[in-house]
Amino acid sequence: MTQTARASQPDLVAQLADVSLAFGDRVVLSNCSLDIVEGAITCIVGLSGAGKSTIVRLLDGLLRPDEGHVYVRGQDICHLTEEQLIPVRQKISLSFQFAALLDSLTIGENVALPLQENTTMSASEIRGRVNESLDSVGLLHTFDNLPNELSGGMLKRAGFARAIATRPELILYDEPTTGLDPIVTHLITETIVKLRQKLNGTAVVISHDLQSIYMMADYVAMLFEGAVIAYDTVDNFRRSPNPIVQQFIQGSEVGPIPI
Amino acid sequence: MKVLDRFGRATIDFFEYAGGLTMLSLESAGFMVRLRVRIAETISQAALLGVQSWIIVVLTSLFTGMVISLESAQQAVQYGFGSFVGGAVAYGTVRELGPMLTAVVVAGRVGAAIAAELGSMVVTEQIEALRSMGLEPSRFLVVPRLVALLLMLPMLTIFADVVSILGGMWVAFNYAHISYDTFMSSVRETIGFDDVLKGLVKSLVFAVIIAMVGAYQGLSTKGGAAGVGKSTTSAVVLSIILIFASNFVLSFLLFGGR
Repeated sequence: MTQTARASQPDLVAQLADVSLAFGDRVVLSNCSLDIVEGAITCIVGLSGAGKSTIVRLLDGLLRPDEGHVYVRGQDICHLTEEQLIPVRQKISLSFQFAALLDSLTIGENVALPLQENTTMSASEIRGRVNESLDSVGLLHTFDNLPNELSGGMLKRAGFARAIATRPELILYDEPTTGLDPIVTHLITETIVKLRQKLNGTAVVISHDLQSIYMMADYVAMLFEGAVIAYDTVDNFRRSPNPIVQQFIQGSEVGPIPI
Repeated sequence: MKVLDRFGRATIDFFEYAGGLTMLSLESAGFMVRLRVRIAETISQAALLGVQSWIIVVLTSLFTGMVISLESAQQAVQYGFGSFVGGAVAYGTVRELGPMLTAVVVAGRVGAAIAAELGSMVVTEQIEALRSMGLEPSRFLVVPRLVALLLMLPMLTIFADVVSILGGMWVAFNYAHISYDTFMSSVRETIGFDDVLKGLVKSLVFAVIIAMVGAYQGLSTKGGAAGVGKSTTSAVVLSIILIFASNFVLSFLLFGGR
């Protein structure tokens, strides 16, 4: 699928259009374009430091591009103030690599936080939603635990619970399986698929783990040297004739990717 | 050229810092004016800050009052001015040392704690998580700490004033045989309610300095654990310098006439 500016297309939840971004002298993204299709799980792969996490932060308005546009539901969010971004961010949830739960709050309070602050739900409605969200990730029993009492995998799932509590249209998962053992990785991957089905929403997953990507992705985008060099369905991606994609899939040291 | 380059960079850094601190302060003030304050968190912070600091404030102010009395009492009695010792201790304490020493102690304890806590939240992406949930870190984290300090620092200052005068009175009695009555009459004659109020005005300004410098340093943390350590140290050093500098300006403005 060719990546072009299609901000007004109804089947797109979000879009990067010709985005460039540099941190000082280091160019992270260069004319990068990416479509996030409604109802699909789009996985973004690439080498470490390729700018994958930067993309989810751009989509959430946490970073602003030097050039280009970021659209969410057709609205260019690049020039919105922090206050104007609040309604946009209520449509999007970001699940952080290390969960980023607030240390001082219990798991239940962490999941309840966006509901208490951004909605008019009553205390009992919030309690119900928090229970439902924690139950969806198999962590109802951790309601009163503090984040430091949970394992790495449980923390990530608690982060998912917080991300889904507001029923967002788009969930961004930043490296959800990094640093986890194969069993927990499988559990996390299944949870992402299950949550997408349950919420009937859209997801963007940043990952290095090809096995879990093959399990959950509808589309895979590969980021290389600041741009999306391949974007396709899982089967087509695996069969891509692009030597960079093939070297990445095979994990080979030999090929066009400089080591 | 290198000197000019360094001077230019330092100037830019200074204005960036001053601008960032001012913006954060204005943003926090805006939430306070619109009464968008998280009450429960503010009460919890006030309790925490007060409990954390009272014992150290008591000890420093007690010994300061005792030292002033010790240094002045015997000589004052020798020259026939024993009845003025209470006033001297109270004058120095209520107008200068009470507000300033309390602020310095709180800056070392609470300012450092604010910078370390917010800095740790930055490096563990908790601040980014708040922003991604549509919650402003300034309202969520800075305002409760600022309001808590605005409530607690004047209280601690009054506490410090009283303890310091009592410590001075005890030393004056035991060391220079100045009676409690003589000491207290001198205190009453020398300082008025307006002196106490002006001392409290100082403590309000110091509260803003401690909270905002601690918060800004914490929120500007870069890097990992080393960055948190650097922010914490900078918060304390800068707060103390600003407390001393603003104390001079405030003394000039509030007590300049007498």
